[in-house]
Amino acid sequence: MKAILQTTPKGLYCVPGDFYVDPGYPVPRAVVTHAHSDHARWGCERYLAAKPGEHLLRMRMSQDAEFRFLEYGESITVGGVQVSFHPAGHILGSAQVRLEYRGQIVLVTGDYKLGPDPTCEAWQPVQCHWMVTESTFGLPIYRWQTQESVVSSINEWWRESRDAGKCCLLYGYAVGKSQRLIAGLDPTIGKIYCHGAVEKGNEAYRKTGVALPETTYVGSIVGKHDWRGAMIVAVPSAHESSWTKKFGRCSTAMASGWMAVRGARRRRSVDRGFVMSDHVDWPSLLSAIDACNPETVLVTHGYSATVARYLNENGRDARVLDGRGRTEDDEDAVDGAMAGDEKEAILDMESP
Amino acid sequence: MIRFAELYASIDATTKTNEKLSALTNYFHAASHEDAAWATFFLCGYKLRQLVPTKLLRLWAAEEAKIPAWLFDESYHSVGDLAETLTLIVPPGELSDHLSLTDWVEKRLMPLRALSEAAQRDAVVTIWKQSPSQMRLVILKLITGAFRVGVSKSIVTRAIAEHAGISSDVISHRLMGSWKPTAAFFRSLISKEVEDTLASQPYPFCLAHPINVELGPESLGDAKDYAAEWKWDGIRGQLIRRAQQVFIWSRGEDLMENRWPEIESAAELLPDGTVLDGEILASHGANAILPFALLQKRIGRKSVSKKLLKEVPVIFQAFDLLQDNGEDIRSLPFMERRMRLDALLSTIDHPNLCGTQLLEGSSWDAWEKTRNQSREMNAEGLMLKRLDASYEVGRMRGVWWKWKVSPFTIDAVMIYAQKGHGKRSGLYSDYTFALWDGDTLVPFAKAYSGLDDSEINAVDRFVRQNTREAFGPVRSVAPALVMEIAFEGLQRSPRHKSGIATRFPRIVRWRHDKKPADANTLAELMNLLPP
Repeated sequence: MKAILQTTPKGLYCVPGDFYVDPGYPVPRAVVTHAHSDHARWGCERYLAAKPGEHLLRMRMSQDAEFRFLEYGESITVGGVQVSFHPAGHILGSAQVRLEYRGQIVLVTGDYKLGPDPTCEAWQPVQCHWMVTESTFGLPIYRWQTQESVVSSINEWWRESRDAGKCCLLYGYAVGKSQRLIAGLDPTIGKIYCHGAVEKGNEAYRKTGVALPETTYVGSIVGKHDWRGAMIVAVPSAHESSWTKKFGRCSTAMASGWMAVRGARRRRSVDRGFVMSDHVDWPSLLSAIDACNPETVLVTHGYSATVARYLNENGRDARVLDGRGRTEDDEDAVDGAMAGDEKEAILDMESP
Repeated sequence: MIRFAELYASIDATTKTNEKLSALTNYFHAASHEDAAWATFFLCGYKLRQLVPTKLLRLWAAEEAKIPAWLFDESYHSVGDLAETLTLIVPPGELSDHLSLTDWVEKRLMPLRALSEAAQRDAVVTIWKQSPSQMRLVILKLITGAFRVGVSKSIVTRAIAEHAGISSDVISHRLMGSWKPTAAFFRSLISKEVEDTLASQPYPFCLAHPINVELGPESLGDAKDYAAEWKWDGIRGQLIRRAQQVFIWSRGEDLMENRWPEIESAAELLPDGTVLDGEILASHGANAILPFALLQKRIGRKSVSKKLLKEVPVIFQAFDLLQDNGEDIRSLPFMERRMRLDALLSTIDHPNLCGTQLLEGSSWDAWEKTRNQSREMNAEGLMLKRLDASYEVGRMRGVWWKWKVSPFTIDAVMIYAQKGHGKRSGLYSDYTFALWDGDTLVPFAKAYSGLDDSEINAVDRFVRQNTREAFGPVRSVAPALVMEIAFEGLQRSPRHKSGIATRFPRIVRWRHDKKPADANTLAELMNLLPP
């Protein structure tokens, strides 16, 4: 493994290829699994990523950078290392990075999930010697329900709120989660509106050819408006902000894997918590590892020590790559701290 | 059961009292009397006696989830709630019956207790297989006995009152004391006709509001409208003398039987139809109140040895009279109740039953001076009561005020952290604080409350980034954060590493302005010990 990938303060570094995978700091050459801010770092000189994520990545990274995109499965050789991308099922264009060097294969999963998602290509197993896997939800308490059952309870909540004369405020990450939610919404119930950051994500999805129901940018509505019965999809940081005041009586909900635990749900102080995640849950983490069948598993991003210990006790060689825990707001810091969003929220408020 | 689980979910989903109230009222409208009785029972915080040892539930859940015991424990520490962990960790089940709440409790849950361990395991596994997650959580909460949901007894009382169309004071009174969750009970609870009270039934307690110690009592208006007494540090109790019997209730509505024999024998001197409100105190006579630490020796003892009776004698200090000669006098003004109380007590001469003294002076300044002597008196501060107020149900604003002495405070360094429970599950929110002894930090108190949500998030981040070692769920962290800790009192304790035990330690503020070296020393804490 060390011959191919090393952990460094700036992130995972490929020695023979002289590039970083999902670096934590701006570097000259970055191979990126997907466009979320904790994986695609702003300010790198060159980016290499999977083709379906092109529009998302270009939207979020500096235009001065140099980009190169590969189709899933297509490979190039960098410093003797064969690099290819394979669907991760996390968000549009998300990929697992496969590195092959002198017969040894390393797979970096990035973030991934196994269940179906109408907005991105489904995860595929990749045979490898070393598998670097995330473990955001690597505890046996996390077991996702099917996409259909979550989607139908969201639509049911929308219908009930509409009938009670309220609008719905549904929170999800701007990119990925929001589009997956929108794809599942039933537009016969009412009209779908989006927060600016979400609407930008929608555009990138549509440009890539993902079909989404019709949505309207909240900021485009000028003057008094009757929001009853509407569905408004927004980023979590908008919750309880002044931006939400204009909607009148609302029912609020958050869609996230963290919502599986009551305490996390109550902390968010939303009316409903829908358990919908774009990460592997406990059973699918284990089956993904079995399907890729690596000689060694390197666990990162989340419950690393717990997952590694469990795997070791069950006959796999597993190690902790990075002991940092993960919390709710880590995933896409852009949502949590995007000054642009806040500004936009205020602008939305001020429009006559 | 499905409807009860839905009620639980809808109460849990909202923080608005009105929505909780309407969910409850709707439930009571639709429920059978027996289901309504059981729902009231659980919502008021009563629980079934242990049905299955939790140790076994944990074991079986781990087996069903095919995980080792340590992984169950780690999951539990992350979730912070046992019933919820037991719910989440076992793969979900399919709903296969439509039993009512009563049938569930009486036919499926209560019989568990008598089963053999193997039969219990089968029954519990069947419950897992037949319950989807929302219902499973409620059932497991009933089994583990930790049925807590975001409603207070007073909200439940209001909902029942609304459902029944009678005043909530009446419902509140009928819900006091012990009752059996049966259809007959619920019918009498919501009955419009006046019923005879049970001899043992206590009245709902009147509770005091705290006065902000920094602001003082001036905003209450004229001191002349108030009476003041010591706020003793004992056990609040209601002493009932009816039908030639004596009943002593705690504020938690526990009937304390045979615990306080000297008070029971004193109470036999009271005329029938008397109810006193007061404080149980460890004391050598009326004027030598002993510290709460001594009373603690008697708390929880079901029977009291002769030696302990001698070592820690207790008295009942009455401060209010609720029933006089069989007449409910709660609606009379305090001053009048007080006069009747004094008259009644003057007829009784018993060292273990006496009345509180109203304190001299009727100005805030005079009482402030008296209050400053609280610690020497082993009192917690003063009680201020409006002279013209009736005895209210619950924590009614403006009737009774507690004016406590300012707490002790000390600056300490956080050295351990653990994840919290409930709303703080998954967050490092429970901390251990230490003081300097030479150049080592000696742990002296744990504190859970006092920080706001954003501060807890900041500390959580700090803990994740500065963990040194893990001992099970506990993380030792770099000693960097200094916080001001307040506590009510302290005493020597051989069980604590520091040699000192503090009462009600909590965080006052995060001292961003202080470095660990600026924290206080153990010697400085020792100086606060009473002589």
